[in-house]
Amino acid sequence: MKLFHYAAPQHFYPLAGRLWPALAVLATALALAGLWVGFMVAPSDAQQGQAYRIIYIHVPVSWLAMIIYLAMAFWSVLGLVFNTRLSGLMTRALAPTGALLAFLSLWTGALWGKPMWGTYWVWDARLTSMLILLFLYLGYIALTSAIEDPRRSDRAGALVAVVGAVNVPIIYFSVQWWNTLHQGASVSFTQSPRMASVMLTGMLLMSLAVWLYAAAIALWRVRSLILVRESHALWVQLLPEVQAHRTLRGAT
Amino acid sequence: MNALALPSPWQAISGVLRRDLRMALRRKSEWLGAVFFFVLVAALFPLAIGPEPDTLRLIGPGVLWVAALLASMLSLGRLFEADHQDGSLEQLALSAAPLSWSISAKLLAHWLISGLPLVLLSPLLGLQFGLAPEALGMLALTLLIGTPVLSLLGAIGAALTLGVRGGGVLQSLLLLPLYVPVLVFGTGAVDAQMRGLGGQAHVSVLLALLLATAALSPWACAAAVRLALE
Repeated sequence: MKLFHYAAPQHFYPLAGRLWPALAVLATALALAGLWVGFMVAPSDAQQGQAYRIIYIHVPVSWLAMIIYLAMAFWSVLGLVFNTRLSGLMTRALAPTGALLAFLSLWTGALWGKPMWGTYWVWDARLTSMLILLFLYLGYIALTSAIEDPRRSDRAGALVAVVGAVNVPIIYFSVQWWNTLHQGASVSFTQSPRMASVMLTGMLLMSLAVWLYAAAIALWRVRSLILVRESHALWVQLLPEVQAHRTLRGAT
Repeated sequence: MNALALPSPWQAISGVLRRDLRMALRRKSEWLGAVFFFVLVAALFPLAIGPEPDTLRLIGPGVLWVAALLASMLSLGRLFEADHQDGSLEQLALSAAPLSWSISAKLLAHWLISGLPLVLLSPLLGLQFGLAPEALGMLALTLLIGTPVLSLLGAIGAALTLGVRGGGVLQSLLLLPLYVPVLVFGTGAVDAQMRGLGGQAHVSVLLALLLATAALSPWACAAAVRLALE
């Protein structure tokens, strides 16, 4: 079936090899443009001064941290339903990027919170649910790296990703309710003043850049995972890069 | 085939339930350990924070909920492990009754042995924290609804980490994020009751969580157990 042609690692490997450099170049160009707009063109904010400029990093990174978990759940469902080998590899390739972006989101948020709120951390609903999202990523990575059998590891990881994705909205709303019960939301992102269009442009450029970066790095990582997983296969042995590596190692 | 008189699913459930309960009653140290853990953790908090009655009354519900959560997670390790080692889990998977049914029976037995004692003990420990009678009742009620949810969610983690090196730590890393809603609504109900707001809304959400996990968790557990047996 044509739809599943690229589900075979053998066919996906060269496709990913063609895609990731293009995506990486595009991501770099957009990031440079976004940073230029954000730091050179956009004016400073009337209330927050220069500190608001963290949104050019913080918002795209938080956005992608959430999207990547959904993407992992999507690949996991595909893997559980169609039993495709590539799905597990894609999920696994996305997880470290998701964890990194969730961590960056918390870190940049803390750096912004210190001048704005006077504290690095408050138990705000959004902060708490991002922290829990980071734990979900770490749990997935820990589980898949602890199970040695690749098939069981992929499927166990897929189960965890799906269970986690079902839970993410429940966690988000429960944490929101918990916070509003205990204390009024004294500070919140949602009250930000209406954004000037030049600021919005910078943020959208950066979001697109982070999006493409995540896709590029995931494709790059999935190529390595395919090589490791399929190292016994003949098509891997015949790859020019594997052959070159072998002669190099043979020569030394 | 029919001459063999295969057991009906209900017979399989009651068989697994009776077997698990009998095994647990013969090995008392295992489930009593989790109960004593619950009591000890609850006793450590006043020692660490100080004996101020007002402070203790404030933190009491949260402390007891976290202690119950940790005790319930502590007891998950033996849910499938012994049966996995002696091969009876494979027999369950091979039997004619659906694996998710047998696992539901195992979960019920597990909750009766390790969850119910916590519920029954909680008013006593709540008294030590100076909770008012209506708060004590609400605490016991939320634990009665909440500990089965903890067992149902925890079983997924226990089944996924079955036979994996360092399974215990891994299991807590997987499960603690998933336990957050139960903890929030469980303590929220007691808190609302103490403030005179009534905890009905929280209790309804807890019941919804119980129904959803009871419907979905046995299937996820069965899938995870089959993975471990492959």
